[in-house]
Amino acid sequence: MERPIAFREDRCKGCALCMTVCPKEIITMSSRFNTSGYKVVEVRDEVMETCTSCAACALICPDYAISVWRKPARDKKGEVADVHYG
Amino acid sequence: MSTTGERVLIKGNEAICRGAVDAGCQCFFGYPITPQNDIPEYMSKVLPSLGRAFVQAESEVAAANMLLGAAACGVRAMTSSSSPGISLKQEAISYMAGTELPAVIVNISRGGPGLGDIGPSQGDYFQAVKGGGHGDYRQLVLAPGTVQEAYDLIRKAFDLAFAYRNPVMVLGDAIIGQMMEPVTLGSATTPTNVDQDLGWNLQGKGQRHPRLLKSLHLTDGALAGHNIRLRDKYESMERDVLFDNFLVDDAELIVVAFGSIGRIAKSTIRALRASGKKVGLHRPISLFPFPSQELDRLAASGKRFLTIEHNLGQMVEDVRLAIRKHADSDFYGHLPGNLPTPEDFEQPILAALGVRT
Amino acid sequence: MKNGKEAFTLPGVLADIPTHYCPGCQHGVAQRLVAECLDELALSEKAICIGSIGCSVFIYNYLLVDSVEAPHGRAPAVATGVKRARPEAAVFTYQGDGDLASIGMAETMHCANRGERVTIIFVNNTVYGMTGGQMAPTTMVGQRTTTCPGGRCADNEGQPIKMTEIIASLGGSAYAARVAVDSVKHVRAAKKAVRKAFEAPLNNLGLGFVEILATCPTNWKMTPVQANERIAAELIPYFPLGTFKDVTELETIEGPEVAE
Repeated sequence: MERPIAFREDRCKGCALCMTVCPKEIITMSSRFNTSGYKVVEVRDEVMETCTSCAACALICPDYAISVWRKPARDKKGEVADVHYG
Repeated sequence: MSTTGERVLIKGNEAICRGAVDAGCQCFFGYPITPQNDIPEYMSKVLPSLGRAFVQAESEVAAANMLLGAAACGVRAMTSSSSPGISLKQEAISYMAGTELPAVIVNISRGGPGLGDIGPSQGDYFQAVKGGGHGDYRQLVLAPGTVQEAYDLIRKAFDLAFAYRNPVMVLGDAIIGQMMEPVTLGSATTPTNVDQDLGWNLQGKGQRHPRLLKSLHLTDGALAGHNIRLRDKYESMERDVLFDNFLVDDAELIVVAFGSIGRIAKSTIRALRASGKKVGLHRPISLFPFPSQELDRLAASGKRFLTIEHNLGQMVEDVRLAIRKHADSDFYGHLPGNLPTPEDFEQPILAALGVRT
Repeated sequence: MKNGKEAFTLPGVLADIPTHYCPGCQHGVAQRLVAECLDELALSEKAICIGSIGCSVFIYNYLLVDSVEAPHGRAPAVATGVKRARPEAAVFTYQGDGDLASIGMAETMHCANRGERVTIIFVNNTVYGMTGGQMAPTTMVGQRTTTCPGGRCADNEGQPIKMTEIIASLGGSAYAARVAVDSVKHVRAAKKAVRKAFEAPLNNLGLGFVEILATCPTNWKMTPVQANERIAAELIPYFPLGTFKDVTELETIEGPEVAE
């Protein structure tokens, strides 16, 4: 499965600002706590595909806890195109 | 900049400026207050013409913090003021001591407390040598007794500031600042190259690791370790102690006086010697480090002591501490508001000698 | 999936370490924007950062540039000394509201008035954060703090100070803007403003100043999301966003938001 978004759970302080700016509203508060005692956010597998890689969450996050990757380009059949990244 | 050996007739305040320029002072940050105004005025004329920086700050507080910034870059920089303004600089002096920055501060002191007057006084001795600002620190303090010494000591102040990475104060008064005397100038030093890497100064990190200059030490034991290292540094300053002994060898009584008062007392002593009185002078030039060992040595040889100051008695406490194993010191305090003459000190000295008049 | 290009990358001059800030505190965003501009303008090798006192004090732990710590409020004076000693350096301060607009008001205004070629980054969260939430010069009227427990009263404590307007009015400032980081749109505009505030002194035009409205959820006694909503609901109406001075523009435009 493609995962365009990843959370560094050790950095997340559970402030939830990312949840407020996600246009797809797919970021939710998990039931997990990190080692600092903060509840951490997540994107559940069943909605992961919805992520558009807009990176609004990473932009608003005060703790640099979110990484976002652009989805690779696809052809009409949905196959991942042969892309090269510099 | 000066030519070596050139002889000029100048005021103490100008001697301080010329000494600083010749020592390579790159930045000066000032603020008007009497009786030191000649210093920022001179520097505002001369430094820009040499491609160096002069800033009239918005306050003494700001001037001292500008000094902190320039010192952090590792260039030779200074500020000057007079007593009330020096009080305002104490914040930055404490931070510079804590951060171990080389900076030169000139105090052409005046009478106090508060607004006091604009005449000479030595009321800032405690402030200069006991700290002045907050926290456990020391600054080197040099007290010129002549205009020539003012020129020489400001140059030495820059050398000591960089040798110890520590603030150095040159403590004069309205007599030293406003008096004109002939001065023999030394050779001019090229200003410290601002690109010079001293191993700690800020230049922009370039290709190396970033540097941080700070006085905050929050981790367990860090501040104590810093304080101990500072204490060791302050103790090592002992090797730069400076003093002037005059006719002390056969003296029964030694007058201890610093700065302009030491200079005036010397005239009194000359006059008394002419009438056969066995009096000598010990003039501390570095007030920190204080010449305690030399005073102890003199006391051990059975001398008696009279401390003369232009205040209610400040340095006398350090004199008593220094000689406590062998002797005590009498005290005569000349108060601000009028200039002491050599004659003013005759009776106190004769009284200390036990001579009935 | 890690095969795509990163849609968001952290600037290299930003130390990749956890911050000491409370959850939702926007110092993290503010310092990241500074770091992004340092990287984009290739300034990290010649930058000298002047730290201040408050929650901003540890800026030197996060920005990998040469730094010096200034006493409370004195960062603009220290910056002046640094810049005069080392004119080729890119000198900037990073200060909070108590530091800049209260104890450091004189240093701030005179630094701007002299037109020192330095950048001032001002993070305004309307409260003394590090000391536990006391009233700041920018505390809103009615806002409760530990030293105005009944809420700031304009009759007693005066109105919150609008620093960007003051700085813009001084002859030596070349750029002065107020921004916020409460929305994606505002973060993007804030980044442009920070960049301009660095460019103005580098181009020898004068002082660059940016006020960043930011949250202090802990001392506002709000959740991070509530605090963030307060920026638009209460702060921006009193502290309008916009470019208040930009000498590179033909006319000074007051009021409107920083152009995207």
